[in-house]
Amino acid sequence: MNKLVVSSTPHIRSNDSVQKIMLDVIIALTPACVAGIILHDHSLNALITVAISIIACVLFEAGFQKLAKQTVAVSDLSAVVTGLLLAMNLPETSPFWMPIVGAFFSIIVAKQVFGGLGQNFINPALAGRAFLLAAYPTNMTGSSAFTAPRFLGAVGDAATSATSAAADAATYATPLTTLKEGGAAITSSDIINGFIGNVGGTIGETCAVFLILGGIYLMVRKVISWRIPVVYIATVFIFMLIFGRNGAGDFMGAINELVAGGLMLGAFFMATDYASSPVTPLGQIIMGFGCGILTSIIRLWGGYPEGVSYSILLMNLCVPLIDRFTEPKIFGEVKKK
Amino acid sequence: MELKTFKRGVHPHDGKELSNKAAIQVLNPEVGELITIPMSQHIGAPCDALVKVNERVLVGQKIGESSAFVSSPVHATVSGKVTAVKAALTPGGTMVNSVTIENDGEYEAAPPLETSGDYKNMSNEEIIGLVKAAGIVGMGGAGFPTQVKLSPGPDSKITDIIVNAAECEPYLTCDHRCMVERGEELVEGLKIMLKLFPGSKGHIGIEANKPDAIENMTKLTSGISDISVVSLKCKYPQGSEKQLIDAVTGRQVPSGALPAAVGCIVDNVATVMVIKAAVIDGKPLTRRVVTVTGDAVNKPSNFEVPLGMTYQRLIDAAGGCKEDPAKVISGGPMMGIALFDTEVPVTKTTSGILCITKKAAEIPPESNCIRCGKCVEHCPMGLMPLYLNSDTLAGDMDAFIAHHGVDCIECGSCSFICPAKRQLAQSIRVNKRAAMAVLRAKGGVNKNE
Repeated sequence: MNKLVVSSTPHIRSNDSVQKIMLDVIIALTPACVAGIILHDHSLNALITVAISIIACVLFEAGFQKLAKQTVAVSDLSAVVTGLLLAMNLPETSPFWMPIVGAFFSIIVAKQVFGGLGQNFINPALAGRAFLLAAYPTNMTGSSAFTAPRFLGAVGDAATSATSAAADAATYATPLTTLKEGGAAITSSDIINGFIGNVGGTIGETCAVFLILGGIYLMVRKVISWRIPVVYIATVFIFMLIFGRNGAGDFMGAINELVAGGLMLGAFFMATDYASSPVTPLGQIIMGFGCGILTSIIRLWGGYPEGVSYSILLMNLCVPLIDRFTEPKIFGEVKKK
Repeated sequence: MELKTFKRGVHPHDGKELSNKAAIQVLNPEVGELITIPMSQHIGAPCDALVKVNERVLVGQKIGESSAFVSSPVHATVSGKVTAVKAALTPGGTMVNSVTIENDGEYEAAPPLETSGDYKNMSNEEIIGLVKAAGIVGMGGAGFPTQVKLSPGPDSKITDIIVNAAECEPYLTCDHRCMVERGEELVEGLKIMLKLFPGSKGHIGIEANKPDAIENMTKLTSGISDISVVSLKCKYPQGSEKQLIDAVTGRQVPSGALPAAVGCIVDNVATVMVIKAAVIDGKPLTRRVVTVTGDAVNKPSNFEVPLGMTYQRLIDAAGGCKEDPAKVISGGPMMGIALFDTEVPVTKTTSGILCITKKAAEIPPESNCIRCGKCVEHCPMGLMPLYLNSDTLAGDMDAFIAHHGVDCIECGSCSFICPAKRQLAQSIRVNKRAAMAVLRAKGGVNKNE
């Protein structure tokens, strides 16, 4: 008899792996990213931004692990996901050094110095975005950061077509900025444009329909649970329905809040980041609820037009506490006497 | 039909197709073959050997006994001359005092246990006495003496007897085949158990991946009002005592308590069948059905063998291995014990011998926990394995106890499901022992394992 392997149980493992999970996230993000690149006016610039961001994240990760004498684990694809998410959070007009700076902050500062994969307490891509937003506000959200979408007016009604003429060569405000500055009432064409991504915004946040499909894919594949995204989106909707910009009961306005800005990207792909979201079922519901409340408050009464990034980052900080206070009831739990 | 089940758990590939059509073959040792019978095949005090070298023993003759309450006698399984009484390796990896018998091929039987066979007119003491004398223990793997389980004490009101026919461990098919081929014995055994607890109901919990067993047991119990067959959703670890009780009755055994606390007694298929053999036929436990399977085995089979034959002998009887197995497991792949030597005897708790190839035996490297929460989502006990693992690695015993580490049933679902391939159950198992010792020292533990 040859030598036998002796090990502790269980002797079999599922086929799941970190790499497969990350690959699923990449698959889920790709349609929205591609649509974003095509629908934005500066497609080539957007495409290069995405490529640089991904490459920079992978190189920073591999470089850090090499320097720290760790096993280089970029094949787990987590750095690719971070790079992709970071790029999707950047405007299409980004100068090419910007994704590199963002990647450095995401991978090195937010992720690796805290211990790498799974140890980051805030979402790395959002940390990178927040850093860029604070350091280079003009490039990130300035008046020339966003331009009109490529096909502006194609799907819209007469009113949108009129604005398209005016906005022809000039800059373009995102739907939320327009609203912040007291835009007109929401029409169904605003919602349709927001839904299909025919609006201004960062590279990956605009095409709501593909983001939703990607999110559904992740839920079907059991990569994420419904709890955070559904509760997050529902909270924003209900909050906006009650405290909407045009008073309570503005149904169209509330729907528009869901497709405008980065809510779908944030709810499905950023707030659900494993390392920086709770592991308990109740905790995940609290996470979604907290993100929804904060996002709504920032959008309505805050200084920024958009609040998704900061809401998620703030809630990330609460995760250890949330996990601690939402421990599931164990099987056959006996009350402490 | 509505399938019952418990909360959470995992769905490993069950691999039962390899052997679930293989009818039980009776396999006997050759003349002159050595049969080794360990004096401890159960939880509790080991037996003292009652025989000496060169003495001739008969099939069913008691050869080991202990006076302790929690113990179980052992019997000769073949007739022949005792060639040795000394420590020998067991499947559990420990050296245990054992009696070795050289099979003379006569199978001359010792007088049966004294019984009228008419259990309906026996007292509980008589029935339990026969169960004890026959050396019956939990044959699903735990090896807890059955007479102790059947004597839950005057404070417990037993209302439900559950036959654990879930066989949730992947690959194992011995209980499945027994129900298909020998279901009558199971029904008789269950009736005897119900007799012990007047007014109690019997349930046979079978997972849905054994439709022929469900069909046969339903047919055999059709006229019996207090026995029902419960179809269970196929899920691991449904055969865990607490999970099975939850699935069948909806009751949760409180943390730290025994099934009797919720009025239940759970025994596995093989155990209930030998209760019938003991009480009605006066036969001690000398044989059992063992599944020999795995991707390395040529002819996956179910054998009925006398206890004491070696694992290697059974593997050879199953046509040997296609390639040298990289791992041989006593029991199933989720909770079975990996062997370092196949020259160990079949014992009362040997349900299966699983031989797996190099590829299947690979232990994947661990990577960082990504906090995906799958272990929390699947833990049948509602624990948070990722935190128990980090508490263990950090040496934080207080946190481990606060996270209910001692409630872990070591089913391995967390390690199975972990995409980062972390050794969750493995680390928790080790620390659980230490935590129980700490709690015991403080006098605050009431665990029964």
